[in-house]
Amino acid sequence: MPEESSVHITSTALIRNNKVWEGETLLFEGDGQGMDFLHSLYENLDINYPKFFKMDALCKSGTAAAHVLLKNFEKEQYKPEEVGIVLSNKNGSIEADINYYESSKTFPSPSLFVYTLPNIVIGEISIRYGFKGENAFFVSEKFNAHWMYFYVNNLMQAHPIKACICGWVDVVDEEYDACLFLVEQKSENGINFTAGNLDILYNRA
Amino acid sequence: MDRNELIQQLKEQIIKQLNLADKKPEDIKDDDPLFVEGLGLDSIDALELIVLLQQEYNIKLKNAEEGQTIFRSVSTMADYILEQQAGSAN
Amino acid sequence: MDDQLQSNEIPPLKGEAVFIAGLGVISAIGNNVAESLNALTSGNAGIEAMKHLNSIHKEELPVAEVKLTNEALADLAQLPSRISRTALLSTVAAKEALDNSGIDITRWRTGFISANSVGGMDKTEDFFEDFLQNPNAGHLRSVVNHECGAVTEITADALGIKDFVTTVSTACSSSANSIFLGARLIRQNRLDVVIAGGADALTRFTLNGFNTLMILDNQYCQPFDDNRRGLNLGEGAGYVVLVSEKVAATLAEAPSVTISGWANANDAHHQTASSPEGKGNLLAMKGALQKAGLQPADIDYINLHGTGTNNNDIAEGTAIKTLFDGNYPSMSSTKSFTGHTLGASGGIEAVFSALAIQEGVIFPNLRFDTPMKELPFRPVTELQKTAVKNVMSNSFGFGGNCSSLVFSKYIAR
Repeated sequence: MPEESSVHITSTALIRNNKVWEGETLLFEGDGQGMDFLHSLYENLDINYPKFFKMDALCKSGTAAAHVLLKNFEKEQYKPEEVGIVLSNKNGSIEADINYYESSKTFPSPSLFVYTLPNIVIGEISIRYGFKGENAFFVSEKFNAHWMYFYVNNLMQAHPIKACICGWVDVVDEEYDACLFLVEQKSENGINFTAGNLDILYNRA
Repeated sequence: MDRNELIQQLKEQIIKQLNLADKKPEDIKDDDPLFVEGLGLDSIDALELIVLLQQEYNIKLKNAEEGQTIFRSVSTMADYILEQQAGSAN
Repeated sequence: MDDQLQSNEIPPLKGEAVFIAGLGVISAIGNNVAESLNALTSGNAGIEAMKHLNSIHKEELPVAEVKLTNEALADLAQLPSRISRTALLSTVAAKEALDNSGIDITRWRTGFISANSVGGMDKTEDFFEDFLQNPNAGHLRSVVNHECGAVTEITADALGIKDFVTTVSTACSSSANSIFLGARLIRQNRLDVVIAGGADALTRFTLNGFNTLMILDNQYCQPFDDNRRGLNLGEGAGYVVLVSEKVAATLAEAPSVTISGWANANDAHHQTASSPEGKGNLLAMKGALQKAGLQPADIDYINLHGTGTNNNDIAEGTAIKTLFDGNYPSMSSTKSFTGHTLGASGGIEAVFSALAIQEGVIFPNLRFDTPMKELPFRPVTELQKTAVKNVMSNSFGFGGNCSSLVFSKYIAR
């Protein structure tokens, strides 16, 4: 069993208050609101994934955050089933639920309905990068660093997971709050993976 | 509306309904396959096209399988719509 | 919520058995375990014309409703009837499970882990109707968040569980995931007792949504049949009481069933559809066997995910064909009785899997007629009475979330 100290946070991505951060670096600051912000972010960050436009806001912000998070990630060093995803949020899929509900007054839209579950964002990230490891989605009042640490650490210690994307992706009233961490077992570089460090990084901006 | 106008209108409606933000009507050739190798649409897109037919042309498909032949290309879609409209005019 | 989980001082209990000490279930086939077992062994499905749900599809889409009004459910749950049906169903089944176990939870570190996918959407829909009449009636956003978490809290409060409470939301595999999370927390020595499973009520939201996906059967569903047409939606709740060896030793009646294996994987194919070869399904089933230390030939019964949709059954069937390769165990989809209860299905089917071991029975796959031409096996169509040692229970959800659980008869070491 690997030492706990060998597990590191090797990358962080934050989308909050119309700003996009990779670690300490401000990558992009948008002036538009809502979808305009997400679409200008798409252009500016060279996301280049047309499927993005079909997604709901939760999946768009999760996909954009993952794009920043994984910019330098060499996914070939892991098998697909060795990469896990554990996310959480407060508002589930509320934006998609409302949009689908609106559409259902006339012609219920299948493409809106498929986004009315919060874990679809995990599916979208898995599809884009081909990750097949364990995944979980928790609904909680606020980001719970202790729980996230416990859950992910347990995956890394006792399961075939060698890298894990974890964090918080929440959307409500066109406010985006996505904070993702890349946690890796092998890596010597990065910040020690502890609940305290997750908390500090989450509350940074 | 003649067939060519219908085809042009369908291309615009498809782009809008399916959020193909990176596509313009002229990118879609009349006889190009819409699914997989062509526009790369998937099963959810097929269901959205069924909604489009209902919403814009008042045509209701009974099951998703019918879509496989109707949605082969924009041409086949237009032919199907014209056929239905001719049928209901009688 | 997790004071118990912050301490790293307690060493994990490696390889320790996690027992199932209690079962609780409510669905279209019964309001408790005894009624459900009776329906399963006598072949009585719960799918019917819609009675409680007020939908424009009343005449054309059969569903599997719990045969009780909200008022009757509220009496059973000892809660007011104004709260959401999902919370009422959850409380009825979770209480039964806890009572059935005979455990005094004040003695142990106890958790409640629950899943659901619709939350209190039924109440939101009622609100919506008033709201459309009179927009001053309230704020849409304050209720439309059907609060999956709130449903869990209501039941946890009703049971008096405070040590650890959480909500899992991974679509149709949610409650299978809450069960293995409970088992993991016991193995990690973070909790002694976990009531785990899930609940979902039927709502117009899900009915209309599944209808737009054109995967609802307007007849009674026929899982794993070559002529299957889709699924019937259902509702209900199912919970198991998971306990450590230490807790099990204190019980008057020694539990006979353990959860021995589990795994979760992502199919990474499509938001809602499974890959045709069932890649995620295969990874989950393989992983669960490995965790249980079992070979494919050790499995006596597979409780299939078996929704009855074209896509699920071919993906799941193909993955079973690959993994079991000629040694096909008995298998059936109990969704032919209960309909697809979404976030509750993993919990309900975990209860049925434990019953199969306890009672030595394998439940039939109702209405099966024609084998799928792609598959070299067929599900069980008659009730079988036989010793059942190991059961695999599959749950696959939208978002590619695939889970398999393995339940085993306990053999003292």
